[in-house]
Amino acid sequence: MYKVKVFVTLRESVLDPQGTAVKNSLHTMNYNEVSDVRIGKFMELNIEKSDRDVEEIVKEMCERLLANVVIEDYRFEIEEAVAQ
Amino acid sequence: MRFAVIVFPGSNCDVDMYHAVKDELGADVEYVWHDAENLDEFDGILLPGGFSYGDYLRSGAIARFSNVMKEVMKAAEAGKPVLGVCNGFQILLEAGLLPGAMRRNESLKFICRPVELKVENNETMFSTAYEKDEVITIPIAHGEGNYYCDEETLAKLKENNQIVFTYNGSNPNGSLENIAGIINEKGNVLGMMPHPERAVDELLGGADGLKLFQSIVKQWREAHVVNA
Repeated sequence: MYKVKVFVTLRESVLDPQGTAVKNSLHTMNYNEVSDVRIGKFMELNIEKSDRDVEEIVKEMCERLLANVVIEDYRFEIEEAVAQ
Repeated sequence: MRFAVIVFPGSNCDVDMYHAVKDELGADVEYVWHDAENLDEFDGILLPGGFSYGDYLRSGAIARFSNVMKEVMKAAEAGKPVLGVCNGFQILLEAGLLPGAMRRNESLKFICRPVELKVENNETMFSTAYEKDEVITIPIAHGEGNYYCDEETLAKLKENNQIVFTYNGSNPNGSLENIAGIINEKGNVLGMMPHPERAVDELLGGADGLKLFQSIVKQWREAHVVNA
């Protein structure tokens, strides 16, 4: 069993209106050191071992469904879960 | 001409779409559930607005993998008119039937009001009843209607005259180049954020949307009915 963490964020070139709103709010609170905020999605997947390479499966899922690659970037971390 | 209104879990403009086609346009129409296996008996496909699958993950992302979408792709491939309004537009983008993607509105607010649109291209099967550059009023209602595509795609959209409607005057959502509706290269798949089905009777505040549906029927009759 693998535990996979997937992070999806808007591409750098795409304006992130949510992130901008949060940055402005942090500035209002005097956290002026914050120069940029990007808001994204975090997903946790449990994946059973199979014949296919887990990295290949996750990449495919990200490209097909989890991220919209027109406007979003994704990255993921794969951990091998210890059997209970 | 027979229309299908595709109903996804969470569609909420399906009844408006059905009413527009059946009662105002006077055409044949049927609701088709998202798991339908076959759309062969229909001549035109309508993807209504709403919140398919609760907009979980991204607007339209889950609906795009519904069973019926294989059939919608087939209909698009066959040259049948496919119209996606609001969430329907988002589904067409996610399915890759139209290029680009939707972002949250620049204001981060859900916007619901009539807006002015300019008819940029009146030579599509969805827009022949309008004049070129005609300004019409159609309501919008969305939180994610901020259209985006890369520069290369935008250049192609312009080159092929694929931008059908733009917002006139002010841009309500931050959409690239004021884009409100685009068509595919082949000219039979239209996606638009404004709701023409909500503007089909003066009683509703305007009937500017009706011409869109009339254009589809007129084009279809000219192509399919002898002595039309």
